[in-house]
Amino acid sequence: MIITINGQKKNINGAPDIGSILQAEGYAGKLVAVARNGEFVPRGEYANTNLNDGDQLEIVAPMQGG
Amino acid sequence: MTRALNIGDKILAGRLFLGTAQYPSPDILRQCIEAAQPGLITVSLRRENAAGKGQKFWGILKGFNIPVLPNTAGCFTAKEAVTTAEMAREIFETNWIKLEVIADDYALAPDPVGLLYATENLIKKGFKVFPYMTEDETLAHELIDMGCDILMPWGAPIGSGRGLNNTSALKLLREKFPDITLVVDAGIGAPSHATAAMEMGYDAVLLNTAVAKAGDPVKMAAAFAKSIEAGREAYLSGIIAAQETASASTPMIDRPFWHQDYNDVILSEAPKGAKSKDLK
Repeated sequence: MIITINGQKKNINGAPDIGSILQAEGYAGKLVAVARNGEFVPRGEYANTNLNDGDQLEIVAPMQGG
Repeated sequence: MTRALNIGDKILAGRLFLGTAQYPSPDILRQCIEAAQPGLITVSLRRENAAGKGQKFWGILKGFNIPVLPNTAGCFTAKEAVTTAEMAREIFETNWIKLEVIADDYALAPDPVGLLYATENLIKKGFKVFPYMTEDETLAHELIDMGCDILMPWGAPIGSGRGLNNTSALKLLREKFPDITLVVDAGIGAPSHATAAMEMGYDAVLLNTAVAKAGDPVKMAAAFAKSIEAGREAYLSGIIAAQETASASTPMIDRPFWHQDYNDVILSEAPKGAKSKDLK
């Protein structure tokens, strides 16, 4: 299936949960927050949230701001 | 204390709220924070890459132990702003949010309608909302009715450096809402702009570009800290009312050349050519 992570399309095998995707994409241990299809997904729900074809993930971190 | 400001359960050590973007380098950002001693520093959320650029940035800020105020900069809808605020709350472990819902790219003007939708939603979710708003009094009423006890009207468009575009409306907000924490947010260019806001009784000033893009950002950070403190002290000290005519500051009593016989006639006011004997 195809999902979009931070605007980039990715071909993914199976229907992984958000925790597995973060691990696979190199975000393990990093301070990030996630939104799926425009909705915030709390950290505690990563393992219970499986992705579907066409899902859009935003993975964000602290950045400079005014 | 002139500098301290209570917001919620926190005592902020300064009334300058400093943004963290656009500095020439992370080291200059660090020096500017040291020079400005801000009460709050603002941060944002952006897409993280696998290299972890956000982790390094956060590593610099964490060491200061200054409260952070995450923003929703760049959000053009209430929905985006609410989701961004929820992500920020988890990352920064604070329910404070500088709520920006932007109407257009050109002026980066606050969208009052989107702001109200997002504020209502976020307050229900337990956030303390710092709304970036126009200086409109009706909007201020609506936000306060929803539960905001802090308002952040713009001085001028973000990054414009124009100062306070609408001083009468800003003054009116201060007069109308004496118990609300008021912060001028955006548009500041020179320290005198910040002083003017503080002299009006504003509780704090939020700025970023004016320091980050200055010729010498570290010196400018220090200049802003002083200007904000000066404005605050002036406000607390009671600024005299302006008047149309002069009022001598040096006492007239015991001035030299004064004579009882003159009966308060001042020589300089006498007709041209008059001698003192003529005035007797």
